[in-house]
Amino acid sequence: MSFWPLDNYWAHFAVFATVILAFVVIGVMAFIYVERRGFGPFQLRRGPNRAGPFGVLQPIADAIKVLLKEDIVPAGADRAVHFLAPVVVFLPVLLIFAVVPFHGKLGGLIPNLNIGILYVVAVSALGVVGLFMAGWGSNNKYSLISAMRVVAAMISYEMPLVLSIIGVVVIVGSLSMNDIVTGHQVPFFLLTPLGFLIFLASSMAEINRGPFDLLEADSEIVAGFHIEYSGMKFAMFYLAEYGHALAMSAIAATVFLKGWVGPADDYLGGLWFVAKTLLIFVLLIWFRITFPRLRIDQLMGFAWKFLFPAALINLLVIGIEEVAFDGDIPWWVLFINFAVAGGLILAWSKLFKLGGGRVEVAV
Amino acid sequence: MELRTEPFVLNMGPQHPSTHGVFRMRVTYDGEVVMDLEPMFGYLHRGIEKLAETRTYTQFIPLTDRLAYLSSMTNNHAYVLAVEKLAGITVPERAEYIRVIMDEMMRISSHLMAVGFFLNDLGCSVFTPLLYMYREREKLLDLFEMVCGQRLTYNYMRIGGVSHDLPEEFMPALKQFVAEMPSYIEEYEALLAENEILLARTKGVGILPRELAINASVSGPVLRASGVKWDIRKVDPYSVYDRFEFDIPTGEVGDNYDRYRVRIMEMQQSLRILRQAIEQLPEGEVCAKVPQFLRPPKGEAYGRIEGPQGELGFYIVSDNSIAPYRLHIRPPTLINLTALRDMIRGWKLADAIATFGSIDICLGEVDR
Repeated sequence: MSFWPLDNYWAHFAVFATVILAFVVIGVMAFIYVERRGFGPFQLRRGPNRAGPFGVLQPIADAIKVLLKEDIVPAGADRAVHFLAPVVVFLPVLLIFAVVPFHGKLGGLIPNLNIGILYVVAVSALGVVGLFMAGWGSNNKYSLISAMRVVAAMISYEMPLVLSIIGVVVIVGSLSMNDIVTGHQVPFFLLTPLGFLIFLASSMAEINRGPFDLLEADSEIVAGFHIEYSGMKFAMFYLAEYGHALAMSAIAATVFLKGWVGPADDYLGGLWFVAKTLLIFVLLIWFRITFPRLRIDQLMGFAWKFLFPAALINLLVIGIEEVAFDGDIPWWVLFINFAVAGGLILAWSKLFKLGGGRVEVAV
Repeated sequence: MELRTEPFVLNMGPQHPSTHGVFRMRVTYDGEVVMDLEPMFGYLHRGIEKLAETRTYTQFIPLTDRLAYLSSMTNNHAYVLAVEKLAGITVPERAEYIRVIMDEMMRISSHLMAVGFFLNDLGCSVFTPLLYMYREREKLLDLFEMVCGQRLTYNYMRIGGVSHDLPEEFMPALKQFVAEMPSYIEEYEALLAENEILLARTKGVGILPRELAINASVSGPVLRASGVKWDIRKVDPYSVYDRFEFDIPTGEVGDNYDRYRVRIMEMQQSLRILRQAIEQLPEGEVCAKVPQFLRPPKGEAYGRIEGPQGELGFYIVSDNSIAPYRLHIRPPTLINLTALRDMIRGWKLADAIATFGSIDICLGEVDR
């Protein structure tokens, strides 16, 4: 496409940097609206409906309110760490989008990066540093408990997350995001159902939502790491939290739902991508408002005793299939994989019980 | 290098989202594990017992609404029961039935809130189960509003009866509620009773053993969850409770799950009592003739009822004046709270909050 000016590297960079920023900010606002409005019917109420038609301006009103608030730094806080934490949390979220392909032809910032998915995993793990900084720097016991929880949880859930993606990578034979999208004629959530479920569960833990939102467990440790933040810094955390959810939904949509591929994707590729991202996000909302929260030891147990072995078995099964079919897995393998996933989940639900947790303490 | 750890003290409350008001727990943690716990009361102390000494017997009724404000009707009932015992007043039969109907409606409403807030403390993130419970409570509040014009502080019962007769539209609405409610309870059961995470979080957690429950003089659903069949409506029947058939649901182990289950089952029993009361409701007066300035004879009386949270008692000493000489309230939740430390020690932070929520306290009553 010669008329397309993006052959120039810097033009390409400028355009897609803007697209990513706009996508994240607008996407987050849309997500906040979808979540707050979507909660309504689930909870037998209406949700925000006063600001603008159907309450669509509610996120903007929220943003203005938050930005106008006073910025408070608690006495005894580590000022530099306290100040930097929101930035460190937010930055990786933007960086993840660099390799996400929005559209088949136009792509993204660097969708053909040959280590694409590895880059995503590496960058998304950076956020935990910022969360720990926030928890430590606030000089608050609730934040500190939250910081300890987040480090433990994030490290545990990184394992099954990566292993579930590796299953896909083994089939595709490439780490590049674009190759993964076009890697197989069957979407990977059908071809590797167990991998998809593990990815979903561990990404829920990774973005601290759903039944795994221990680090900001409002009924226990009030708000966790951002308890001492207000104003602009709090807005950054809020943006980062939803941005991370957006990023994880985008990764799930790209890796497991074939990203921009769909009918007429030459023109509508970007729309398909957004629609699939939204679908995953709605699923995450649904989990979040339905389930009670796990306890910290159950959270760790779930990661190490269920997700981790299941992810290993998933990888093993895919590896065997890959060897058996000499690198060209036919579509009907998905029936085998569904059977494996169902059998494993049933077996574990019988054998493995979350529970226990009492420790004897001296009087 | 040896890793050195040390316990730390965390003040949970009085400003904390899960303390159901202004309760404060001074908790010693070793990491996430609760090592010690000290409940601290008194942030909502208003001196209600002292205020009673400067008011006539009737004037004190509105103050009882402000005890456990989620169960105002039963508070009214316990107080007027004590005064009637003191002054030897007999209550018209219709009034007794109306009181029973109000008590059982109140029990359902209070248990709905208890279960809802308990699930909220478990971390059903953004109030989802609580809002389901509110749906039914709203219907009950509408019924209460029909009867006495209030939705929270009813001030409905009077010494010798109740303040007004039931309005015409009340009985059809109540019948409709009683007919609909079982399906809602089934809905909760379907959504919650077998939920894997709920079971993992509540089964075996925060156990209150039978002996300890009795020794700590715990009462109400918390006691019954520990397996003790003790309900004042049965063991010391007041009002017209001896005319109804109902069971006392009990738990087996006394863990959080049992406390949750007992409340759900008690709602079903309350519905059973309501059905019978609707059928048997007689016609007649709703209030006995009681002088405006009641002067009970010298003496003392203790009136107790089975409130939604446990045994609620009023102990009144009279010196034959228009105001009580001394009034003491036995708040069920304060006494239930004394067992909290033994229930929570050794469990995790999250369990401490959940177990605390399972006791169903109301600070208005704890601190008085």
